[in-house]
Amino acid sequence: MAQTFLDSTELVLNMGPQHPSTHGVLRVILKLDGEKILGTECVVGYLHRGVEKIAENRTWAQFAPYVDRMDYVASVSNGLGYCLAVEKLLNVEAPPRAQVVRVILTELNRIASHLIWLGTHALDLGAITPLFYVMREREDILNIFEKYCGARLTTHAFRIGGLQYELYDGFEEEVKRFCDILGPRVDEYEELLTVNRMWVARLTKVGILNAADCKACGVTGPLLRAAGVKWDLRKAQPYSGYQHYDFEIPTRSNGDSYDRYVVRVQEMRQSARIVRQAVDRLEPGPIMAKVPKVIKPPVGEAYVSIEAPKGELGYFVVSDGSTQPYRVRVRPPSFINLQAVDRMARGALIADVCAIIGTIDIVLGEVDR
Amino acid sequence: MRRFLRKIFLIDLLEGMWVTFRSQHPRNICTDEYPRERPRVAERYRGAPRLNTHPETGETLCIACNLCAIACPEALIVVSSERNEKTKRKELTDFTYDLSRCMFCGLCEDACPVDALELTQDFEIASYTREGLIWDRRMLEEGPRPARYKF
Repeated sequence: MAQTFLDSTELVLNMGPQHPSTHGVLRVILKLDGEKILGTECVVGYLHRGVEKIAENRTWAQFAPYVDRMDYVASVSNGLGYCLAVEKLLNVEAPPRAQVVRVILTELNRIASHLIWLGTHALDLGAITPLFYVMREREDILNIFEKYCGARLTTHAFRIGGLQYELYDGFEEEVKRFCDILGPRVDEYEELLTVNRMWVARLTKVGILNAADCKACGVTGPLLRAAGVKWDLRKAQPYSGYQHYDFEIPTRSNGDSYDRYVVRVQEMRQSARIVRQAVDRLEPGPIMAKVPKVIKPPVGEAYVSIEAPKGELGYFVVSDGSTQPYRVRVRPPSFINLQAVDRMARGALIADVCAIIGTIDIVLGEVDR
Repeated sequence: MRRFLRKIFLIDLLEGMWVTFRSQHPRNICTDEYPRERPRVAERYRGAPRLNTHPETGETLCIACNLCAIACPEALIVVSSERNEKTKRKELTDFTYDLSRCMFCGLCEDACPVDALELTQDFEIASYTREGLIWDRRMLEEGPRPARYKF
């Protein structure tokens, strides 16, 4: 007897690579039993540009603009990580004023990245309204970036050894004004979402990843903190003078999507707190350390990891003493956090996959590099 | 009991609606009516490149030192020069800048020792052809001529 297609066998379904809620070109192969997910597999590489290989054909200073194009939502953090790694190799340290400016810009970028995450994550789950509000606040941050370094998204704000540009007139006031309005604006988002019954129902107990699973997968960032692990590289191994700032690491205990939402919203408030302190710490001084015009680091290797908005962002750079890197390896947070999708999605419903992918906050430019 | 009443009267949803309602005033509109009104970009904006000339004599400021071409990560700048037999100095003959590969990182601008090459505030540099994005010396000195629309 011929088999009908209405039998109850398992179904393999491709989600993506052009699905709007995968935030780029990610393909997820889903194995389904009805609406229940039996297993997933992520296929990455659609946006592969070979950035690590490009690094081997560029000089140290020339590669700096390319790192902005990996995690383009948080390009300033990428630039900071690369500059810190090369500075460690060269054994120089950015002057204090440059470090404070770096902290201000990276924290503003963290807020911008979380805002984009909040807007798109809500959009994936059918809440369109927050997207418009977060774009409004992000616009303020991008205007600050544009006035400071001349570009909005792929900023190339930092140079090896410090900064290229001095702050523009009125920078402090503008940043402070933004910090003042951010608090009430975040309250607005919380009014829209935190207590909204649909939002709560879509997120609670979806994509649970406990602390042990997080550690097993190497997951970092807000995902790890939502599972109750108080791990933030800004506190654990301070860089750029983060030890001087007074801030808290928001954590939650359940490790589900709702907790990740709460952790990220809290992080925005904490970032604004850091920015406010940093603006007060601004003192006149040099912004560039003594770095030769042609950068030739001594033979050796260095690894520097920073707390990017998405998790631990590491740069491993190897020098053979020439003007070009021998190897640049990036440890991208999105790529490693993406490996946890299978653990989170198993047993969930197909509609929850959007929530699970959204809650990791992936940027495909960084996943594929 | 309070939570129950909140649930019954849809308070959580109405609070969200109230946020939307508060933003209805026209002063909250932040859309730019481009191209009707052009956005004012920042002073340091990195847009179309320009090769500066001396404001009075009109001679180019470029000394054909080739530093911008060396600094460029994409190697998209070609500087051609010839030696003047009288003054024994290099003089610029042509300057090619391939905008289709440019990522506006600003490294060429930083490398220029005489402020001849500059990334300007012009941002309307689209072209219908790939060749149209390869700018020669004349275009670099003039700058882009974006279409002006009538309304």
